[in-house]
Amino acid sequence: MEHITLLIGIVIITALVFDFTNGFHDTANAMATTISTGALTPRIAVAMSAGLNLVGAFLSIEVAKTISSGIIDEGSGVQPEVIFAGLVGAIIWNLLTWLAGLPSSSSHALMGGLMGATIAAVGTGAVNGDVVVMKVLIPALAAPLVAGIASLCATRLTYRLARHAQEEQTAKGYRAGQITSAALVSLAHGTNDAQKTMGVITLALVTGGALAPGSDPPVWVIASAGMAIALGTYLGGWRIIRTMGKGITDIQPPQGFAAQTSAAATILASSHIGFSLSTTHVCSGAVMGSGLGRKGGVVRWSTAGRMVVGWALTLPAAGLVAAGAALLAEQGDWGVTAVAVLTVAICGAIWLRSRREPVDHTNVNDVRPAGAPVPAQAAAGEAPEPAGVVTTALQAVAPAPAGTGEVSAAPALSGTAGPEERPGERPGEQGAHAAPGRPASASASSVS
Amino acid sequence: MDIDWAALGQVFGVSLVATVGLVGLFTLGIVGHAPRRTQDTASSGSAAAAASPAGSAGRVSQASPVARAGGYLCYALCLVAVAYGIYLIAA
Repeated sequence: MEHITLLIGIVIITALVFDFTNGFHDTANAMATTISTGALTPRIAVAMSAGLNLVGAFLSIEVAKTISSGIIDEGSGVQPEVIFAGLVGAIIWNLLTWLAGLPSSSSHALMGGLMGATIAAVGTGAVNGDVVVMKVLIPALAAPLVAGIASLCATRLTYRLARHAQEEQTAKGYRAGQITSAALVSLAHGTNDAQKTMGVITLALVTGGALAPGSDPPVWVIASAGMAIALGTYLGGWRIIRTMGKGITDIQPPQGFAAQTSAAATILASSHIGFSLSTTHVCSGAVMGSGLGRKGGVVRWSTAGRMVVGWALTLPAAGLVAAGAALLAEQGDWGVTAVAVLTVAICGAIWLRSRREPVDHTNVNDVRPAGAPVPAQAAAGEAPEPAGVVTTALQAVAPAPAGTGEVSAAPALSGTAGPEERPGERPGEQGAHAAPGRPASASASSVS
Repeated sequence: MDIDWAALGQVFGVSLVATVGLVGLFTLGIVGHAPRRTQDTASSGSAAAAASPAGSAGRVSQASPVARAGGYLCYALCLVAVAYGIYLIAA
């Protein structure tokens, strides 16, 4: 009994750490466009998002009955070791993608981790392949398309309707609209994602006999899950915010408003209808759509391609790490301890690595030519500072489409027209070109 | 393999209509409140929302009461939509 209690304690702490990385990772979804358009200062944006995540955690007590959304056959009894290993896989993948500045789905990481751990511990029979396709693959393809098309149409519409208005007159309105939509996304995120953690902790408590099966999570579980996700959100995954807010496309306030509204509408519609889409995929798609919707807007497909590769890798990568952790944890107490120590060591190493080129609220909006901190060390070496200054200056000076619209729109549009076809069909190839594609993306950003 | 096309289509339709509708409505609210420029609109008319910092405005006059009222109506409808969104999250 003593042994189980200790293990349950470790699972709870790991679940809270995952919750923290989840908030940390997903700040960008709600706040990246708000921060990059200057609607809110970075500090205030993350503080607001954190507060709303906390409120969201308390908003609904409907607990996710199945923590893995039916991918794993939970009826046969999930061992705490398996949950622990799955969480470890998800945490490590979340931190790695954060280091690379890639927005990737925390839910997919958790699903992948649990799947990998289950396969390693029980065998492939316990994983429902059909459900994987239905809950993971189809939504991953659909989410960016749905949100992107909605965002594209909305961006076109808002530019068209406001074409006679002056920017100073509309700025306040767009700002308010962006903040409202971002607040809705934050709230929905707190409700959905904090509940996943509550579900995991509750399941662990039930397994350990501390709670009766089928009971609601105790208040301390709700509170700690809410606090963990809020703290993670407040600390902010600035690398991911930079990629989302500046790396994919240059966002103007109307685009930010359209993208964020599209994200909020799509997330709410999908969760209400019961076809859940990943918040991360929805928001990334919405930002891309808004980039395509503005005349002269340029979407950097190399960055988008890297993101798609990241999405494709999330499930298998988190699964592999989790499988390894599960095999080790099954060896007994020393195995669990070894996994815990290794996890702390890996997290520490990733954090140390990130300090070499820190991204925080002070420099989140500074764009390097590649716009992406992905292969961080390479970017520092190759990308000359002056280019960054020039790009920034161009962005500040260039009167968006205004008078030069006819001239600049033509090359910009023809620039996007070609690659636009590609990523949908062959995402893998786009990603393979990510590195050589960098110079192209640099020139693309100077076109705008 | 059983893909739920109906749900996917529904999500797509609802998201598209809600997004475009809300963005359109809110933009109308913004435009309703923005003062009208009485001249020089034709020159930049074809471009999207002018971001020109040079302020090429002609004479600027207050928005008409009707436009302002319409703007408030649009904002109110958007607020209703936001309230419904919060209700959906909590429910």
